[in-house]
Order: sequence, then C-alpha cells, then structure tokens
Amino acid sequence: MKIGIRKFFYGDYGEEKNSAAESTASREKINEWPLWEVFIRSKQGLDHKHAGSLHAADAAMAMENARDVYTRRNEGVSIWIVESKYIHASNPDDADALFDPANDKIYRHPSFYDLPDEVKHM
Amino acid sequence: MGTNTEEQFQQKIDQEIKIEPKDWMPQKYRHTLIRQISQHAHSEVVGMLPEGNWISRAPSLKRKVILLAKIQDEAGHGLYLYSAAETLGISRDEMYHQLHAGKAKYSSIFNYPTLTWADIGAIGWLVDGAAIMNQVPLCRTSFGPYARAMVRVCKEESFHQRQGFESLLVLSKGTEEQKRMCQDAINRWWWPCLMMFGPPDDESPNTLQSMQWKIKRFSNDELRQKFVDMIAEQVKVLGMTLPDPDLKWNEESKQYDFGEIDWAEFKQVIQGNGPCNKERIDTRRKAWNEGAWVREAAISYAAKQTKQAQEPLKFAI
Repeated sequence: MKIGIRKFFYGDYGEEKNSAAESTASREKINEWPLWEVFIRSKQGLDHKHAGSLHAADAAMAMENARDVYTRRNEGVSIWIVESKYIHASNPDDADALFDPANDKIYRHPSFYDLPDEVKHM
Repeated sequence: MGTNTEEQFQQKIDQEIKIEPKDWMPQKYRHTLIRQISQHAHSEVVGMLPEGNWISRAPSLKRKVILLAKIQDEAGHGLYLYSAAETLGISRDEMYHQLHAGKAKYSSIFNYPTLTWADIGAIGWLVDGAAIMNQVPLCRTSFGPYARAMVRVCKEESFHQRQGFESLLVLSKGTEEQKRMCQDAINRWWWPCLMMFGPPDDESPNTLQSMQWKIKRFSNDELRQKFVDMIAEQVKVLGMTLPDPDLKWNEESKQYDFGEIDWAEFKQVIQGNGPCNKERIDTRRKAWNEGAWVREAAISYAAKQTKQAQEPLKFAI
C-alpha cells in the first residue's frame, strides 16, 4: 500500500480537480505575508490544540499576533506557531486506505474479551 | 466528477458530517461559501469604523476601554473569518482587493452614521443582537472552518450585546436629554437592523440552495421574526419604544406582528448609495494604501533576518 504524503498549506486542496479559485490573482499574493498555524495550550497539563491561523512577516510577529488574536480571554498559557507550508497532511482520498484497516480489528478493544463477573478490577 | 460525487457530497451533508477544506465539494458550494464568508469578514472589519468614531469621544475611561476591547474583538472576528475563507482557495489580499475595489458587499448596516454616543449602545444591543441571531445557527454550518470560526465569534459576541444594552440602560435612567438621545438612537437603528437579515424569503435567491447544503439553517424571515420578538420585550426594560406603530403582540401566532420594511432603502444602501458607503470604503482604502510601506518593510526585515541566520558568523573561529 502506498500512501502519498503531500505538502499542503492548511486548507489547501491540491492542484487538481476544482483547484484554487480562478479569481485569485497571483500578483496579489506576491507581497502577502506568509500564513502561520497557531496552537494553544489552554492550561498546564493539556496538549496544544489547533486554534486557527494568521498572516505574519516572521515568527516573532506571528507570536505577537497569536497572543493578541487567540488569547484575549485567558484561552492559553502557551503558544506554538508553525508556518503553514511546513505542515504535511494526509490526503482525504487516502482516508479509506489509511483508516479502514482499523475497523475489523475489534480484538484491539478491551470490550472484545468476555470475562466472568467474579473478576474484579480489570 | 459526475453526479455520483455530488450525491455522495449531499449524503455527507444530510448525515451532518462536516465538510473540510480538502474534501471534494461542488464548485458552487465553494463559491457560495467564499462569497458568504468573505462578506461576513468584510462586515466585521468595516463594522469597526462607525465605532472607531467614538473611541476618543467616549464619556468615561471605563466606556473607552470597553469600546476598545469590543473593536479589537471585531478585528479578531474579521481575521477568523478571512482565515476560514482562505481555506477555500482565495487569498487574503484578493479579498481585500475585492473590498477596496467596491466589488465585495458587506452588511448594509455599517453604512449608517454614528451621530451620538447613544448610537454606540444601540449598535451593541441591536446590531450585535441581530448579528448574534444570524451567527448562532452558523456555528452548526456544514463547512468545518466556518463553523469553528463562528463558535469563537459567538463566545465573544455576547459581551458586545450586553455592554450595549447596559450602556443604554444608564442613559435611559439619566437626564431628559440622555433619555431623548437614547430613544433617538433606537429610532434610527431599528429599521436598518431589521434589514440586516436580508431580503424576505420569497425574494432571497440564495436561501434555498444554502439550506439544502446546510450552510444556512434558518431563513431570513424566521431569524428576523425571532429578533423582533426578543427586542420587543427587551425595549420595555429600557422604558423606550420601537419606532413602529404596527408592532403588536399577536395572540394567535404567539409572536409580534410588525410593519412593512422599506426595501427600497435597503436596495439603495446595498447598491452603494447609503449615507456612508463612500466614506467607509475610502477609509479602508486609505488604511491599506498608507500601510503598504509597513507591510513591505516587515517582509524585507524578515528576509534579512533569515539571510543573516544562514550566513556563517564573521568572527567564528
């Protein structure tokens, strides 16, 4: 089984079928600041979670903007930012190949095993 | 991409499975969303302008910091929404370009002027109240990034409405002049707020398809009615009235009947002939043009930093 890993901007859907809105003039994009993804840890002990995205010229500006946009009401205690072009995403077309094999392996779940009621704490 | 793919797409929608950016979608779904989300984003951004007029004129420091916080929220809401639209393949700059070129629409309400301080309260209570009516169902809209952006927006929006009502409540208990100012603001904002919900259902070309795709969940008229029923009760607490002689509780339908909306005015404002259309767009263009050197300088600085980091240190041993 060969799973293609492709480089995507967040939300990009590739070049083929129904690709980028034709109206997007490329000249408009030349001076656009890069896109960054923002991940927020809402409190100590929890994972960072994707909060959204923003444009910024560099990492320092992205960090400041992320603070201002995504943590105005105590939403976070820590921020990760990563430029969107560095995110690699699985392709929706591969979803079956990737995730279906888990469906028929019910023995991976504890509920697959019938135990007598006398067995406690298991 | 035949009918089959479109049927599968509709099945996903019917099963309440969210559509994510990289999933297949009909071109028209994509374009409808780009239009709707970018208009929504433009509304948030242009919506800062009538309020900005009062930052330096707020009656107290308390009101000033509240107003600043609210306007900062609106900028954030614009950003959440632009980001959601970008996932559909349109660039941020292209959306700005559409707005500045006068090609993109935004909510008609922001083309009305803010003449007195009471207008700021009325905007919070009525304009944001109407916006919330529209936005709460959008938290369940079928396109994932739009729904997630709306959840964030709605969390923040209720502060806007409450501060507006509270601000009017203070005026309504004040001097005769303050009371007059309060009533005057309500009178001027009421009808434009009802127009915010868009044309009536039998004249709204986009509603049917958007309902089928679950982009929208309620029609314009349904949401407008809910808004009227809510405000008609709240206005009593202020001891004020709504400027509609036909507004009356209907015992049979268990809702308020209300008068005819001046759709000719709505069309004029939408077409660019409202009291402030030109001023709003001019202000946006000016901000964009005068900020060009900042955008360019930041890019140059970032490029320079990257280059320096790659070069070997001159004094390295």
